[in-house]
Amino acid sequence: MKTLKRKDSEYEIKKGRIFRTKEITDLEKLFEIVLPGGENLNHEPGQFVMVSLLGVGEAPFSVSSSPTKLGSFELVVRNVGKLTNAINRLKAGDEVGIRGPFGNGFPVHILDGSDLLFVAGGIGIVPLHSLINYAIDNRRDFGKVSILLGCNRPEDMLFSDELDEWTKRLDINFECTVDRADSGWKGNIGLITSLIPGINLIPERTFAFVVGPPIMYKFVVAKLLEKEIPERQILISLERHMKCGLGKCGHCQINGIYCCQEGPVFSYDKIKDMRESI
Amino acid sequence: MVVLTNPPEERLVFMEQYVVLKKRDFNDFIAAVTREQKVFAPVAKGHNQYAFEEVTSGNQIAIDYIPTILPPKKYFMPQYETIATYDTFNGQNMESVMEYEDMVLFGVHTCDLAGIQCLNIVFSQQPKDTNYLMRKNKILIIGYECNSYCDEYASCRLVYNHLPNGGYDLFFTNLENGSFIIHINTLIGEELVKKIKIFKEADDSDLQTLEDLRERKRKIFAKNEVPIEHEKIPELFDKVYDSKIWNELDKRCVACGNCTNVCPTCYCFDVIDEPNLDLKTGRRYRRWDSCQNEEFAKVAGGESFRSERGARQRHRYYRKFSYSIEKFSRFFCTGCGRCSRTCMAGIDLKETLTKLVEEQDMKNPDAGYRG
Repeated sequence: MKTLKRKDSEYEIKKGRIFRTKEITDLEKLFEIVLPGGENLNHEPGQFVMVSLLGVGEAPFSVSSSPTKLGSFELVVRNVGKLTNAINRLKAGDEVGIRGPFGNGFPVHILDGSDLLFVAGGIGIVPLHSLINYAIDNRRDFGKVSILLGCNRPEDMLFSDELDEWTKRLDINFECTVDRADSGWKGNIGLITSLIPGINLIPERTFAFVVGPPIMYKFVVAKLLEKEIPERQILISLERHMKCGLGKCGHCQINGIYCCQEGPVFSYDKIKDMRESI
Repeated sequence: MVVLTNPPEERLVFMEQYVVLKKRDFNDFIAAVTREQKVFAPVAKGHNQYAFEEVTSGNQIAIDYIPTILPPKKYFMPQYETIATYDTFNGQNMESVMEYEDMVLFGVHTCDLAGIQCLNIVFSQQPKDTNYLMRKNKILIIGYECNSYCDEYASCRLVYNHLPNGGYDLFFTNLENGSFIIHINTLIGEELVKKIKIFKEADDSDLQTLEDLRERKRKIFAKNEVPIEHEKIPELFDKVYDSKIWNELDKRCVACGNCTNVCPTCYCFDVIDEPNLDLKTGRRYRRWDSCQNEEFAKVAGGESFRSERGARQRHRYYRKFSYSIEKFSRFFCTGCGRCSRTCMAGIDLKETLTKLVEEQDMKNPDAGYRG
């Protein structure tokens, strides 16, 4: 067996330097990452990157910052396994490997003038955070902006500083609910689906963006369809396991399509007949 | 619109593309090739099992073999392939690598040539897999024709792989008269033939013998092994997603992953880091993976999207007969029969397809060879 050294392989990583970290809950940590020379990641909201820690592994992570933020980008990592555990022990100055961005993000170029309805369940706020901040940074380009957030418990809420700001802003309608809470919680208790009927919207000009645990999609989509939002204007980001990001390794395959190439964002009309999708 | 692979029609034969090798000169031919290059060929392993291995003489080659345990995929997409080495003593330092071997692969059956073509298609689709594409061009392929069925598991007629459809540099056919006739398909093949001055030019009677042999083959492979027309298979799969046949497979499958390992067109893989003892340096490698393992499609939250074995078997069949048609306009089943031959639970591809056909009542017992 002969070995050829390569410079331009698809598996080449860029060195991402961690500029800042922030513990946001017991499980989740935010990382601000700078690429060599301060190069922009140049992603679309909803795209993902493959993050490596050499010797531990590589996995896909949604970019949580908006492309309007230049010079660095952010990831939120939930500690659920070997790699995420190792990443969450990193501190400012440490390096991670970055490949990407990959996949199809949210179709920001067609949203001008539309009303935006965000429906986030739990950690689903992370990929949506990118598009929400994109919308806030270009607020004039959009109609009504509504954000619905559902979490397990109040202490599971991510980006709490920003949630307070969203609550105060007049140009954003923000509502949240939790599945369970102690008596100190003054907000809504119940599933995220309970927030949808109360939203006032004009269906034909509304785009809904839904990200959450797989179990959430069927129920949320049903409520959005009751509101008569067209199927092609309901956009969903699907979570799948991915090993390459290049449409080859097969792990992210849903029926005939590769989620890493054709997704992770799909409009509902594209996946409603795809049997393994939601 | 689905475009299907055309059936192999009679081809125009140009005499200068053919040479003849006496069977008694075969060992000298292999010896001459091994002086130029490493040669890999089918070798008998006992119990009617064969494997592609490096050979140093023609005597080692099992010229009449049934499909090898592993297909020649293992040379194009190695079971373990280092894609990078790394050093984290001072940050995330990685160097990508491509592993390859210059080789002559002798004796590849038409089903396995089709399998290599499928892999070529997958890995040349954007974003390309450049390691694969560089490696495949280091391998000179010599095909070898089956003059009749290898065994009852093969279904090469169903997917039109019983006759050669290209994908080789040279192609040997045993004329059964003491000679091989060799089709020269590429310049690389031609150069090898010219270097080894052991061949004679084919004459009219050699070509006639080849034509007669192909005619006999058309009779042997007259009927599809499964009672359905080639063109109707995608339509069948449009109808059977909810078939109870998958539930039957669910009860039998033991999720061992043998079927995907031995499949010449299964290309799914895992990417794994392997540290050295210093825990700072190591390698990142790809390893064959299988959609038949439940872990394969699990996400971080523990959710599994194909938790049932029947759903995973269905996924495998759809990748061979349906998704690949939508994506690449060809079947990803080569008809080699390896999945059925190796299955510990006796899941048989021909039997599964036949049951699906019968269930949908799409039987066409008259389906015969049209060419």
